[in-house]
Amino acid sequence: PLSARCCAPPGAAPAMNCRAEVLEVSVEGRQVEEAMLAVLHTVLLHRSTGKFHYKKEGTYSIGTVGTQDVDCDFIDFAYVRVSSEELDRALRKAVGEFKDALRGSGSDGMGQISLEFYQKKKSRWPFSDECIPWELWTIKVNVVNLANEQERQICREKVGEKLCEKIINIVEVMNRHEYLPKMPTQSEVDNVFDTSLKDVQPYLYKISYQITDSLGTSVTTTMRRLIKDTLAL
Amino acid sequence: AMDTDLSSQDRKDLDKFIKFFALKTVQVIVQARLGEKICTRSSSSPTGSDWFNLAIKDIPEVTHEAKKALAGQLPAVGRSMCVEISLKTSEGDSMELEIWCLEMNEKCDKEIKVSYTVYNRLSLLLKSLLAITRVTPAYRLSRKQGHEYVILYRIYFGEVQLSGLGEGFQTVRVGTVGTPVGTITLSCAYRINLAFMSTRQFERTPPIMGIIIDHFVDRPYPSSSPLHPCNYRAGEDSGAVYPSVEDSQEVCTTSFSTSPPSQCVFTVTKAHFQTPPPVVTDTLKVPVMGLAFSHQLSSSRLSYQPAALGVGSADMGYPVLFAGGLNAAHPHQLIAPGKEGGVPPVPSQPAHGTQADQERMCTPLDGVHYSAATPSSSEDTETVSNSSEGKCGSPHDLLETIFVRKVGAFVNKPINQVTMANLDIPFAMFAPKNVELEDNDPMVNPPDSPEAESPLQGSLHSEGSSGSSTGNTHDDFVMIDFKPAFSKDDILPMDLGTFYREFQNPPQLSSLSIDIGAQSMAEDLDSLPEKLAVHEKNVKEFDAFVETLQ
Repeated sequence: PLSARCCAPPGAAPAMNCRAEVLEVSVEGRQVEEAMLAVLHTVLLHRSTGKFHYKKEGTYSIGTVGTQDVDCDFIDFAYVRVSSEELDRALRKAVGEFKDALRGSGSDGMGQISLEFYQKKKSRWPFSDECIPWELWTIKVNVVNLANEQERQICREKVGEKLCEKIINIVEVMNRHEYLPKMPTQSEVDNVFDTSLKDVQPYLYKISYQITDSLGTSVTTTMRRLIKDTLAL
Repeated sequence: AMDTDLSSQDRKDLDKFIKFFALKTVQVIVQARLGEKICTRSSSSPTGSDWFNLAIKDIPEVTHEAKKALAGQLPAVGRSMCVEISLKTSEGDSMELEIWCLEMNEKCDKEIKVSYTVYNRLSLLLKSLLAITRVTPAYRLSRKQGHEYVILYRIYFGEVQLSGLGEGFQTVRVGTVGTPVGTITLSCAYRINLAFMSTRQFERTPPIMGIIIDHFVDRPYPSSSPLHPCNYRAGEDSGAVYPSVEDSQEVCTTSFSTSPPSQCVFTVTKAHFQTPPPVVTDTLKVPVMGLAFSHQLSSSRLSYQPAALGVGSADMGYPVLFAGGLNAAHPHQLIAPGKEGGVPPVPSQPAHGTQADQERMCTPLDGVHYSAATPSSSEDTETVSNSSEGKCGSPHDLLETIFVRKVGAFVNKPINQVTMANLDIPFAMFAPKNVELEDNDPMVNPPDSPEAESPLQGSLHSEGSSGSSTGNTHDDFVMIDFKPAFSKDDILPMDLGTFYREFQNPPQLSSLSIDIGAQSMAEDLDSLPEKLAVHEKNVKEFDAFVETLQ
C-alpha cells in the first residue's frame, strides 16, 4: 500500500542487511504502466507463496499459487504474473499513481518506483512497530518522447528486449537464495507476510515512488525550463 | 559421493522431489511453447496434487514423453534431462531453437534441509522458469505459430547436445538449487540468429499479401517414431492411453512446521503408482500446438479457433492474442491465420508439379487414438480419422495432402515454384538443391542486421548493412541497391522501397498455368450437366425473380 508507511520515508538508505537492486528503463509515456507492472509482477511472483493454513502442533500447509500470462499492448512483451486479482489491482493502483505523477507538471519524465519487502518487529508501547526492510527493488524510469510512428515501433521492440533483460536480471537475483525471513509461527505470520489477500500470500511489501524534480537536477534541465518559460510569454 | 548423512526418508523424498521437478519443468517449457496464453487459478486450500505449491497443469502426453525419456532415472552427473524446442515450417524445414537443460553437478550441500528448503527452492526455480520461458526469442515465435510453422519439442536424457543451435548461441541460467546429493541447475541455450528472424520476417515472407496456407502436412518421421500430436484438452481423460499417467496423480501433501528449527512433516500419499515399463528412449519430435496435426486442417474449421483449445483447466479461456500493435505497423503483414479468427479455406485442387516427397507421405495418424474429452474436440478427432483414412488411400489422395499454398484467392502455386521463386523465405537453405541461395536480398533481413556468423545466419542475412545483393540467379539483373525516389532510408520496412521489393515478384496466376487451368476446366465441364439440371428444375423461380426486376 502506497500510503501506509511505518518506517523511513522513501529514498532513505535501506537498512544494513537490506539487499537493494536497481533497474533502469527508458520508455515512452504510454509504456510506463505495462513496463512497471511487468517488473513488479515478476518480482512478486517470486516473493509470493500460497496461503498458509496452520494446523495443530505448529505445522502448516501451503495453498497453491496459480499463474497467468499477460500480454502488453504497447510493448512487444509478455510476462507471467500470479493469478490474484487483488494483487493485480493493488499494483495497478500504485503504478497508475506513479504514471500520473510522471506526467504531471514539474516532472521532466524521470522518476523511480520502489518495491520494498519488510518485516515487522513489534515494539512495546509507546513505540510503534518497526519495519525492517530486507529487500528493495528500485526501478528508475526515464520517459522519452518520440517523434513519429517509426520510432514508436522501434521503441516497442527495444523496450520489449530491455524488459527481457530485466526479467533475466530479476531471476538472477532471486536465484542467489540470499536472506529470506524465517518461516513464521502462526502468531508471527502477519509480521512477515501480507495475509490480507484471499488467494495468495506475498511477503509484506510496500510501494513508493519519487519523481525527479526538473528544477535543480542539472543545469541543462534548468536552462531548458527557463527557455520554455520565456517562450511561453 | 556417498550420502550416508542423508536419512533414507530424506533420500526418498529428495528423489521424489527431483523426479516431479523434472516433470513439472517439462510441462512448463512445453506449455510455454504451445502458442497460447496459460492461466491457472490460485487456490487457498491445498489440493494435494499441486507439486511445489504451484498450479501447473499436467498435459498427459507430455508427462508420458518425459517419463519415457527418463526411463525411471533421475538427472545425475553426466545424465541431464533436455527439452529441445525446434521450429518446423510448413515446407518441412526445421531448426532447433532452444535446449532447456536440467542438470546435476557434484557440488553437494549437506546441510540443507530436504523437505523444507530444497522443496521451497525448487518451487522458486519453477517460478523463475515460468518467467524465463517468456523472454527467450522462441516464445514470441511460438505465439505466432500456426500455418506457416509449428513448434515441436523433444525430450531426451543423457548428454546435452547443443550443436544444432548454430554458432553464437546464448545461454540463460534459470537457477540452481543445492541438495545433499548435488546441485540441480536449470538453464536454456538458445539460438540467437533467430532473434533477427523475428516474427516480422516470418510474416513478411512470402511477400504477397493474403497468403493463406491451408494445408499443412507434417510427416517428418514416417518410419520410426509415431508422431504425437499434443491433444491436451481436459487432458486427464487420456488415461486410457497412458496407464503410467496415473502416477502423476500422486498427491503431495506437504505440511511444514515452524517449531524448533524448521522441522518438517512431509507426507506423500499416492493414489496409484505404476512403474512405467522401461522404454527405449526414442528421439521423438512432438508438435507443440493446440491442434492435432495435419489432416485435421483440411476437415475441421474448429481446430483453428483458439478458444476451443484449452490447456487443461476450464479456466483457460484467453483468446490467442499477441501484442496487437505488432501487426499494426506492418501494412504488408500476412494475416496470421487462425490467430485472428480467420479460418483457412479447404483447398479444392491437389497440388501440381510438386515432388512426391517421401517425407510428406502420409501415415495413418497416431493421433487417431487420442480421445478428446470435450465435445468439440471429439468431433475433430473423428474427422481426423476419417480424413486420414481417406487421404491415405491412393496416390492421387497422396497429392492432395501435400502442402499447397494458395496465394491470393485464386492462385495455386506448386511448391517447388514457391521455393525457387520466393527466395526470401527463411530456411531458404533447406530448399531443393537447385535453388541458389540469395544471400543478400534485403527482403530477407532488415538492412541494419548485425554481422552474421553461423552458416545459417550467413545465408539469411546480408553481410553488409546497405542491402546490396550479390545477385539472384533467377533475376535478369543484379540489384545492387534500391533507393526509390522520395522514400526514406530503411529503418523499418514500411516505405515505398519495401513495398516495391515485396511486390516485385508476384506469382503466376493459376489460370496461366496450363495444368491447373486444364484440370479445372475439365472439372467445370464435368459438372455442367448437373448444374444445368438443377437450374432447369428451378426455372420457375428464376423466371419469377426476373419478373421482379422488371
